[in-house]
Amino acid sequence: MTDEITPEVFEHLVELAALELDPTQSSYLRRELNHQLKAIHELEAIPLDESIPPALHGVPYPLDISQPPRPDIWQAFANPEEILAQAPESEDGYIIVPDIPHTQLD
Amino acid sequence: MELCDYSALQIASLIHLRQVSASEVIESTLKRIEKVDGRPGNLEPGAFTPEDSQRVHAFITLTQERARAQAAKIDGKLADGEEVGPLAGVPFTTKDIFCVKGTPSTAGSRILANFTAPYTATPVERMEAAGAVMVGKVNLDEFTYGSSNESSAFQPSPRNPWDPSRVPGGSSGGSAASVAAGEAALSLGTDTAGSIRQPAAFCGVVGLKPTYGRVSRYGLIAFASSLDCPGPVARSVSDAAAMFQIIAGVDPKDSTSASVPVPDVAAALEKGVRGLRIGLSPDYFRIIFPDPDSGEFGQQPISPEIEASVRHAADRLSQMGAEIIENVPMPATRYGIPAYFVISRVEAASNLHRYDGVKYGYRTAHPVDDLREMYRKTRAQGFGPQPKLRILMGMYVSAAQYSEAYYMRALRVRSQIRRDFEQVFDPNGAYHLDAMLTPTTPTTAFPMGAIYGNSVLMQYADQLTVPANHAGVPGISLPSGLDQDGLPIGIQLLGPDYSEAVLFQIARAFEMATEADEWRSAKPKVLTA
Repeated sequence: MTDEITPEVFEHLVELAALELDPTQSSYLRRELNHQLKAIHELEAIPLDESIPPALHGVPYPLDISQPPRPDIWQAFANPEEILAQAPESEDGYIIVPDIPHTQLD
Repeated sequence: MELCDYSALQIASLIHLRQVSASEVIESTLKRIEKVDGRPGNLEPGAFTPEDSQRVHAFITLTQERARAQAAKIDGKLADGEEVGPLAGVPFTTKDIFCVKGTPSTAGSRILANFTAPYTATPVERMEAAGAVMVGKVNLDEFTYGSSNESSAFQPSPRNPWDPSRVPGGSSGGSAASVAAGEAALSLGTDTAGSIRQPAAFCGVVGLKPTYGRVSRYGLIAFASSLDCPGPVARSVSDAAAMFQIIAGVDPKDSTSASVPVPDVAAALEKGVRGLRIGLSPDYFRIIFPDPDSGEFGQQPISPEIEASVRHAADRLSQMGAEIIENVPMPATRYGIPAYFVISRVEAASNLHRYDGVKYGYRTAHPVDDLREMYRKTRAQGFGPQPKLRILMGMYVSAAQYSEAYYMRALRVRSQIRRDFEQVFDPNGAYHLDAMLTPTTPTTAFPMGAIYGNSVLMQYADQLTVPANHAGVPGISLPSGLDQDGLPIGIQLLGPDYSEAVLFQIARAFEMATEADEWRSAKPKVLTA
């Protein structure tokens, strides 16, 4: 049985996932993905009535028990320095990151 | 029996009556932790020692000074005749997937190892407002992705107090192990596919997955947002009910928390089971899973000892006046894992995209040319294999060309699973059940290293618990005996939406009926060694 996730598809997924992997990890992860897909394919065999809708949540959310949206009011965090202190690199209240890649437009 | 072995309700009562102080309880608990826990989980654990293999290793972070200060505050209030909360002085642990202000909140991952939460999760805030005292943050599978705790980046990972050569279950393994070993009376866990109930079963304690939306997820580091449920782990049903009472209820900070009143669960706790209709389903006495090489599906009965324990529990409940209904069809049970493989991965991939080394958490120390390279290196070094696996699968099954075949289909299968529950719990339906009684797990605790690495087999450990997460209904696991190796067996009760009080009532009835059983006097090995 050929693997559904080929090395080429896998490389594309790694790019989408913003990861980079060594060959040992790649080999383990691609093997496990293909094994999991065999389990996932059972979904295709399930007889589903046309009337069955997709469910984003198991429990229904009628309006009377749902949370009303909060008013869109700006709330200041009491201690922004505390939040900024979590950043791996910051300066003068700004978070510092490496160069952002961009394409030069003519 | 030491103070730390008392139930949460006994401790609260003794403290209220000022027969013991909160500080004495915390000191007894810290002493127990020192005796049985061994070294806490660490990113650089070094070589494992023979002593490591005999310890519980439930904790990542001990918060003993914070706990001592809170206990002293409670004692001060009581001395001044002031009111204290219903759980005043009760020690609890928090799964390290919850943010607690000023404490490391790691999710068991290198990528959050240096993250100190700037705010506190609602369930923890409610516990502390009720006077409970957090003694530490406990280990888990990395980002909750596992059923054994072995995937944590913080090693040594927790071990089962009943037999430290075995896993405590997962992902709330640190929660269940800490409660079983008397390192806390209560623990706050989370359950996305069985992550409270399965470790509770493996460690011989009680664990509740509440109805989705019953307990706020505010401050919970998200895995699969449509499935995650915070809930209590305790040594008795009454303690779990008392903790549920505190943490449940609507929270304006969680848009998915439900505005449904929480009943007084203690009031109904000892009403018995007379007249209640409890179902048994053949679909919960077998597991169906694919051969990893051929993909062929095979069927296997669950452990005969576990099935016998469930049937014995049904007999006991029947003797107390419950009506047991056999052969209740739950045909969609077997689809729980395939649907979960899709839904949870799509949600996980989305939730994990925020970890990029920019605003908080780990950032690669490797020199990089640009931002994208920084993202890739940070995520490659910060995430372990299980998060990577979930992100990659989430990317694949939600890709435009596959989302109809996989993601949308899985969401429809979720409806089908929900329909099974709706039909058997429908008050006007053929079965009109109050609850289902099932095994919690197909096996008792497995040896460390036996399954880890095989992501398919590990996932199937949740086959009997995950349907409740898809359906959103509540489920509780409680101890029902020991197997021939002396390992705990757990039984599960599942009920309609918001029926936690009935589940506690049935569970408590079973607990009272078996109070004098021989297995009830057995203790975890780490406490008898």
